[in-house]
Amino acid sequence: MTTPLTVGENTVDSLLRLDRMPHIWCQGCGIGPAVGCFTRAIESSGLDPDKIALVSGIGCAGRAAGYVKLDSFHTTHGRALPFATGLKLGNPELNLVIFSGDGDLVAIGGNHLIHSARRNMDMTVICINNFNYGMTGGQAGPTTPLDARSTTTPYGNFEYPFNVPYLVAASGATYVARWTVLHVRQLEWSIAEAMTKPGFSFIEVLAPCPTLYGRMNKEPKGLDTMHSYQERSVVRDGADPKDVAIDSDGPIVVGKFVDIERPTFWDQWKLLLDRAREKKK
Amino acid sequence: MKLWRTPFDQAEKAIRPAKVLIDKERCKGCGYCVEFCPRGALVMSDELSSKGYTLAAVADESKCLGCGLCDILCPEFAIHVVSNDNES
Ligand code: SF4
Ligand code: SF4
Repeated sequence: MTTPLTVGENTVDSLLRLDRMPHIWCQGCGIGPAVGCFTRAIESSGLDPDKIALVSGIGCAGRAAGYVKLDSFHTTHGRALPFATGLKLGNPELNLVIFSGDGDLVAIGGNHLIHSARRNMDMTVICINNFNYGMTGGQAGPTTPLDARSTTTPYGNFEYPFNVPYLVAASGATYVARWTVLHVRQLEWSIAEAMTKPGFSFIEVLAPCPTLYGRMNKEPKGLDTMHSYQERSVVRDGADPKDVAIDSDGPIVVGKFVDIERPTFWDQWKLLLDRAREKKK
Repeated sequence: MKLWRTPFDQAEKAIRPAKVLIDKERCKGCGYCVEFCPRGALVMSDELSSKGYTLAAVADESKCLGCGLCDILCPEFAIHVVSNDNES
């Protein structure tokens, strides 16, 4: 167990389970800064931590549920979103944050992702995208860019990946953004904005995975990936999600792509209740 | 920086030295803090942690702006920057 650096002063420490530190993530893993930005966003948005619940699925990013000092749930693989949906309907007061990886949310939980966006469930999804299945050994997944190498695609990936912001935006999400973990400030603001906005908010966070994806793609250190983000990132707020697909060495478009208003699941449900009651009278 | 006149709020806006604390038990030596510090206030030291990682260390605290970038970028939550902004 590590002792807190400065008790009561450090925002991040006050929202972490210090008895579990240091965490299991590898040297240079991008999940750490993303968790840091999330805890800072809670502070800067002024939301009550007691009213925030964090739901994670399985995978490296899914471990976040075990490290935060919030009500948190580590659910079965891919099922973070349906679990959170139930939680939200049971207690609409809660501010739901889903913190999970691309393998969990986009691959096995892909169907839940599009349907939660379609229903416009009031929740914030932070999707850590490291382009592969990290915890199981670096296999290629639905987000692995074309031609990128992974342990199951040693000659380069021949499948076309998902353009995740386009997928969720087309499904009906009301807030869609993408940042890399190098854009820490923007990421923090974006998470704070998404958490205070009603409706389905989705933030894709590109994160280095030096141990698996990086090592297979000539970026053996987290720092190499961070440098490539620095060189390749182009901030383009309001870009059409259709144009933000990622390839293995082209520009990475980051920014806030979608910010619209649409009735949430809960609003629609209340409308229906009112209508049904009117008829009875 | 060369100024053609002394700004009236220079004293108020002057950089106040901040304190950078690095937890040696948590640092895994990824080098993000050293690489991205805008002022080069940090270095990778020769010291190894109890787990065998090379530790980051403060090279020159007087260079630090107190921007907190290292603090927010550290994947291990190992850095805390105590800024002296509120002190007077
Ligand atoms: S960013 Fe954190 S883990 Fe990485 S070298 Fe600096 S103090 Fe160590
Ligand atoms: S607070 Fe900013 S200036 Fe100071 S050491 Fe950290 S990154 Fe460098």
